[in-house]
Amino acid sequence: MSLQQFMNEAISPWMKEEGPDSDIVMSSRIRLARNLDQAPFPIIAKQSELTKILEYIKEEYHHQTFKTYHDLEFVNMKDLKPIEKRVLVEKHLISPHLAEKSEQGGVLISESEQVSVMINEEDHIRIQLYFPGFQLEKALEQAFEIDDWLEEKINYAFDENKGYLTSCPTNVGTGMRASVMMHLPALAITQKINRMIPAISQLGLVVRGIYGEGSEALGNIFQISNQITLGRSEMDIVGDLQSVVEKLIEEERKARQLLVEQSSIQLEDRIFRSYGILEHSRIIESKETAKCLSDVRLGIDVGFIKNISKTILNELMVLTQPGFLQQYAKEALSPEERDILRASLIRERLNIENG
Amino acid sequence: MDCQECQERPATLHFTKVVNGNKTEIHVCEQCAKEKGYVSYDEEAYSLHDLLSGLFNFNSSSINKNSEFVQSQVLTCDNCSMTYQDFTRVGKFGCAECYHAFSEHLNPIFRRVHSGNTTHDGKIPKRIGSDLSLKRTLSDYKEKLQNLIKNEEFEQAAKVRDQIKEIERELYKGGGDE
Ligand SMILES: [Zn+2]
Ligand SMILES: [Zn+2]
Repeated sequence: MSLQQFMNEAISPWMKEEGPDSDIVMSSRIRLARNLDQAPFPIIAKQSELTKILEYIKEEYHHQTFKTYHDLEFVNMKDLKPIEKRVLVEKHLISPHLAEKSEQGGVLISESEQVSVMINEEDHIRIQLYFPGFQLEKALEQAFEIDDWLEEKINYAFDENKGYLTSCPTNVGTGMRASVMMHLPALAITQKINRMIPAISQLGLVVRGIYGEGSEALGNIFQISNQITLGRSEMDIVGDLQSVVEKLIEEERKARQLLVEQSSIQLEDRIFRSYGILEHSRIIESKETAKCLSDVRLGIDVGFIKNISKTILNELMVLTQPGFLQQYAKEALSPEERDILRASLIRERLNIENG
Repeated sequence: MDCQECQERPATLHFTKVVNGNKTEIHVCEQCAKEKGYVSYDEEAYSLHDLLSGLFNFNSSSINKNSEFVQSQVLTCDNCSMTYQDFTRVGKFGCAECYHAFSEHLNPIFRRVHSGNTTHDGKIPKRIGSDLSLKRTLSDYKEKLQNLIKNEEFEQAAKVRDQIKEIERELYKGGGDE
């Protein structure tokens, strides 16, 4: 496995598999924050101390395989160009923090890109595991196994009373952030989502619109995750999140059905207009792209559009991000140039689909 | 829904925080979230920067500026030399030892962030976990040994002493790398 593969493909291999409820839940993720005992945390550690950790992890885990997670590739942040780092961020393989702030940062990425282990981010170790669709429990189970496997060669900072000790008090205890990415176009179109968000946040969960370069929930994609990490078990936290996600799935399905029943022609019009824009535009901004992609994906899910694969939303969402566009162009691009390249890539991609 | 801070951009980050035991909903845009310290660099964690500094201000403005406050200013972690004041400013610990060094001030903070919780109730590391239970057995045996010696049951005591040695060997073998 080489870095080049991570760079060239917009869509991670694991995304190509269709998970449960994948018409609404794009992915499930578990992240575990861990630290080495003894060593100071990355925010105050000396460069030399962090280099030692980085070298140790590389030595022990580079090219290792654990179960179905083949051939972990160690990538040192120092060896990456800024655009390459940005691509890894856009693919959610590393965090913006690792890309921008970690001077001694590194990451282990499995062949399928399902597992990534960030080193010297805010914490020494951050394990991330993705599953397609709605599979939080499975993701948790596997994340625990990877955690145990890493622990064979690492002494974790752990306290009987406070659990896994993390740099930020928001992560202490389980060190776990469980999250799902959901596509909720019908709840957004009908504005029901605005009424649901306060209720969800009351339950100790965080809702955030994602993919926005600045502000909005671009593409009607929302991330729901747990806020609390201390005092509740991982299973309980995941359980709570799961029941909220189930409720959201149910509501989104109802809203979609209602839209189809009551405003069928308006919905069809909206979807095909967006399809038309994606198929024919010559200049397109990321915001408009996201809106149109969301409409087209909804069109696929409700059966108006039949000849396009479902992964197109995930794929084009990543492919049309600024970092990826520039990686593709092999040069830095101005925003105007990006909008032109974006439009042409989308046209190309849709043409492949249409044969 | 508009951002409650700037009233301009749409709110994209939604969560609750607990202030003086009351849940308050927060709906802000990404930009205000960053500016107001609701989010840290960490993509998904909302830093407690404002909660921590809120807590700190609360302390300093309270009428009895007692010795506890003065003390907390010079409280220092021996391991990484971070002070409690640094911690309230940055909102991050410097090392695992900081948790012990600042322990007397931490529970109120944990309660705020974790809905009133202060004690871990989840996964235990496999290796340290088995060490933890061994350690617990070890201290039980040592107590037993003391009692046996006190009661002059030396034959039994010798057996227990052997068992203690066995456990100790087991314990040190596990953490032998360093
Ligand atoms: Zn705002
Ligand atoms: Zn410390």
